[in-house]
Amino acid sequence: MIGRTFAAGLLALGLGLGLGAGAALAADEFIVVQSTTSTQNSGLLDAILPGFTEGSGIEVRVVAVGTGQAIKNAMNGDGDVLLVHARAAEEKFVADGWGVTRQDVMYNDFVLVGPSDDPAGVRGGQDIVAAFKAVAEAQAPFASRGDDSGTHKAELRHWSEAGVDVAAASGAWYREAGSGMGATLNLAAGMGAYVLTDRATWIAFGNKQGLEILVEGDPALFNQYGVILVNPEKHPGVKAEAGQAFIDWLTGPEGQAAIAGFTVDGQQLFFPNAGS
Amino acid sequence: MSLILGGDSELWAIVLLSLHVSLMAVVIAAAIGMPLGAALAVGRFPGRRALIVLLNALMGLPPVVVGLMVYLMLSRSGPLGVLELLYTPGAMIIAQVVLVTPIIAALTRQSVETLDAEYSEQLRSLGVSRLASVPTLLWDGRVALLTALLAGFGRAIAEVGAVIMVGGNINHVTRVMTTTIALETSKGNLAMALALGAILIGIAVTVTAAVSLLAARGERTGLRHA
Repeated sequence: MIGRTFAAGLLALGLGLGLGAGAALAADEFIVVQSTTSTQNSGLLDAILPGFTEGSGIEVRVVAVGTGQAIKNAMNGDGDVLLVHARAAEEKFVADGWGVTRQDVMYNDFVLVGPSDDPAGVRGGQDIVAAFKAVAEAQAPFASRGDDSGTHKAELRHWSEAGVDVAAASGAWYREAGSGMGATLNLAAGMGAYVLTDRATWIAFGNKQGLEILVEGDPALFNQYGVILVNPEKHPGVKAEAGQAFIDWLTGPEGQAAIAGFTVDGQQLFFPNAGS
Repeated sequence: MSLILGGDSELWAIVLLSLHVSLMAVVIAAAIGMPLGAALAVGRFPGRRALIVLLNALMGLPPVVVGLMVYLMLSRSGPLGVLELLYTPGAMIIAQVVLVTPIIAALTRQSVETLDAEYSEQLRSLGVSRLASVPTLLWDGRVALLTALLAGFGRAIAEVGAVIMVGGNINHVTRVMTTTIALETSKGNLAMALALGAILIGIAVTVTAAVSLLAARGERTGLRHA
């Protein structure tokens, strides 16, 4: 009898929690945005999304993964809007019919971060390709995202321009984390490695240890974000109207002002440039 | 830190969602796994041994593989996409049911089989058939079964690989304790992540202690009635 009462109690507790949580989660309308770890880890989306939800009544649910995975998830129809930073991959996504159109949203930049004793001697340089060559020559430890993200694609582009075959060095001085930006920064901090990161994640990152910015300001380090509505003709479940409303807000005056107004430690992290 | 010390409502929502998802998963997994384990313990049919080996092996299912399988099922381009369950707590419960059911079933099978060996002669002499003896054996093994439930709960509440894949770690929707810890770690907020970890361990200890206490009281009351 006690056992049965107990089981019933457990069941009631479970159901009660279920109903309670269910009610709390009920929103008028919501969209799913597939985005990148940099927009979440820096705190940007948490800061600007409430402004959109207040005005529109549309809740924005963000799934933050690497650009590569975000694009694959969107191709599966598991998202209404794609907000990522890998222009070539984005344009291919639209050209292949998975997305409707691509619009610029904002940019930030990449920086090369490394240990303060700088074994490859790249400090103060403004040429990212030259810096990568120096790291390879010194065989200094380098932490790569290794996850097909936008940052990873940008990094591989610089290696190829530097004429360095990182595949050959994999497991030696070249370490592929296969993780998000933050996890890769933790790895680099732990082993005193060089790492390419977007500036926003770097500034907001709380475990810098002995790492600091060594190379910045090369125009090749420019990092453009784009936004795309997933094509409802491919996936009828896509909430095209609500998704488009979000894109219009993000690229319109209100969203652009919210992006410009987001700062961490007094520093602006993202620079709006929609329609330019 | 103020988030933890201040009993922040956002933190409580995350804790409640963790408990909700894992408790629901354990309740559902128990409803499936206990009868299954008991049937496997008392049943006699060809292939039974192989099934038991399989069940024991499934206790070690890798969460990230379960997450991937459930994602592929629930994706809009998957067979169950029309249910629109991906990136909801429902999806997380499904993934955890898949992880926890083999644990509860295997541990139930183990303890019921031991009891069956002990009492089967007595039950047979009373004219109870093998299958009809299942409720009696389950009731007699209730303390061991509580341990099975707790093992299942421990697996569910501590798990991150599956829930982050099918839940998406969406703020205010599918963000639970483990995925919050993963996120704070990736932001480099190690102190915050550690503090959240301490809370998670505290919850696990509290739940286990509460269940053990209830079980002990149940035992005593049961004796008094006897």
